[in-house]
Amino acid sequence: MGMTMSQKILAAHAGLKEVKAGQLIEAKLDLVLGNDITSPVAVNEFERCGAHQVFDKKKIALVMDHFTPNKDIKAAEQCKKVRAFANQYDIENFFDVGEMGIEHALLPEKGLVGPGDLVIGADSHTCTYGALGAFSTGMGSTDMAAGMATGKTWFKVPSAIQVTLTGKFQKHVSGKDVILHLIGMIGVDGALYQSIEFTGDGVKNLSMDDRLCIANMAIEAGAKNGIFPVDDVTRAYCEGRVQHPMTSYEADPDAEYTARYTIDLSTLRPTVAFPHLPENTRTIDEVGEVKIDQAVIGSCTNGRMEDLRAAAAILKGRKVAKNVRCIIIPGTQNIYLQAMHEGLIEDFIKAGAVVSTPTCGPCLGGHMGILAAGERAVATTNRNFVGRMGHVDSEVYLSNPEVAAASAVTGYITDPAKLD
Amino acid sequence: MIQIEGTVHRYGDNVDTDVIIPARYLNTSSHEELAAHCMEDIDKDFVKKVQKGDVMVGGKNFGCGSSREHAPIAIKASGISCVIAASFARIFYRNAINIGLAILECPEAAAEIQNGDEVKVDVTTGVITDVTTGKTYQAEPFPPFIQNIISSGGLLKTISERL
Repeated sequence: MGMTMSQKILAAHAGLKEVKAGQLIEAKLDLVLGNDITSPVAVNEFERCGAHQVFDKKKIALVMDHFTPNKDIKAAEQCKKVRAFANQYDIENFFDVGEMGIEHALLPEKGLVGPGDLVIGADSHTCTYGALGAFSTGMGSTDMAAGMATGKTWFKVPSAIQVTLTGKFQKHVSGKDVILHLIGMIGVDGALYQSIEFTGDGVKNLSMDDRLCIANMAIEAGAKNGIFPVDDVTRAYCEGRVQHPMTSYEADPDAEYTARYTIDLSTLRPTVAFPHLPENTRTIDEVGEVKIDQAVIGSCTNGRMEDLRAAAAILKGRKVAKNVRCIIIPGTQNIYLQAMHEGLIEDFIKAGAVVSTPTCGPCLGGHMGILAAGERAVATTNRNFVGRMGHVDSEVYLSNPEVAAASAVTGYITDPAKLD
Repeated sequence: MIQIEGTVHRYGDNVDTDVIIPARYLNTSSHEELAAHCMEDIDKDFVKKVQKGDVMVGGKNFGCGSSREHAPIAIKASGISCVIAASFARIFYRNAINIGLAILECPEAAAEIQNGDEVKVDVTTGVITDVTTGKTYQAEPFPPFIQNIISSGGLLKTISERL
């Protein structure tokens, strides 16, 4: 029986020729990640277990991105704890305010993850790096602590579902619509405990930003990881960025999949997930009249350069509707700077949007755009659970950046084609 | 492992970690502070009702969403001794084991046990008894590998033995 791409990466890191779904293995880690919410808990556990050194100071990334710049005294105390840990153990990839970005936008940009890597992170969206052909999965703080101490962790080898992509996007459709469509199809536990392996002719038509967005939300279908094959787009992205050795793995032709799906990219429409689950999807044509109070464009899902360009193409020369707040959050300092060079920041500000420093902020109801009772937001973020962006009686509608920008202009969830 | 006995607090499918412990409280890692806000966005009286040793029952995909370990910590610190669900989201499953919160997957029990029922749970054998209805259920016991983590007192204990 052949192996999936994910299984091959796990086998290689466990020093095994072959692994099977369900097998428990111990594998070596290429990178261990944490943020300002999960790292303090991990630091406590690390200290409590009596560890006196980290396994490799180059292979730990600590990113202060959730409640930063610190939103309150408690958040400041949490960052202070992580900062002290990073200094004590000389952690090379500690990213504080000024250098930091949203972790899953930042790590690929810095070249810290490459094809064939095995990465764990104490953040559920760590699955983002599957876009680069890495096996990458979210865990908790205790797993992060154990990973920092030993450089290894245990895995139950996942089975996989295969998603074949064909064709090319129509206008106003992007990576977000692929993953929302898929979650709508299979449900928020449709890939529980499994890998989602993307394949097919359509992959080559997806930019790296599209792939990062798609892999990012694999967790919203319950998946352990989402992964893309390594191709010319991957190699071009990694060139000059990734400094460590890279290995490309391919699924065996006889690899076993528990289910197979095909998505023709050319048939996708801009897709919106209604409250309160990412699986509650409707195409933009089925949305009806949904009045909004806020539009958020950013996050580890859609805060990258192509996302900002797409939003700017709609907001340039237009105005955000009265009584709508439009909040735009570049994913990293570099993206922020590039957006400035391209004049996008000016377009946003002239349109009446605000542009924030990189932060996870509003996505998880942390800060920088909390909703009041009864308010509605359209957001390019990844979750629309009860109370996710603020008050328990507020609502979040998930969409791609063009839909969010068009909705900011009209005040209702809007098909961007209507503004063409 | 000890026998568990307590009153059931029942919730539906896809109970996510944002409702278990909302992000607005993630600026602390204090177990007591987290417990004080456990479940408040879907059941604001939970904290007042829960008694030490009680059992939480959920539907499918319990604990989906964010990887925050604060979620099982908040549940455990609130006094809940065991969570029974039709299925668990994988990060929550792992986190619960790592911090020593007993969890059992049992779709039949999750479907039939009602809010307020008294239940007995043997976490080692996976036998769940609904004392109120008299019905028993068999959950899949943990695989030996995971039993080992739990019997060592959690993941970090197994690590510190190796350091």
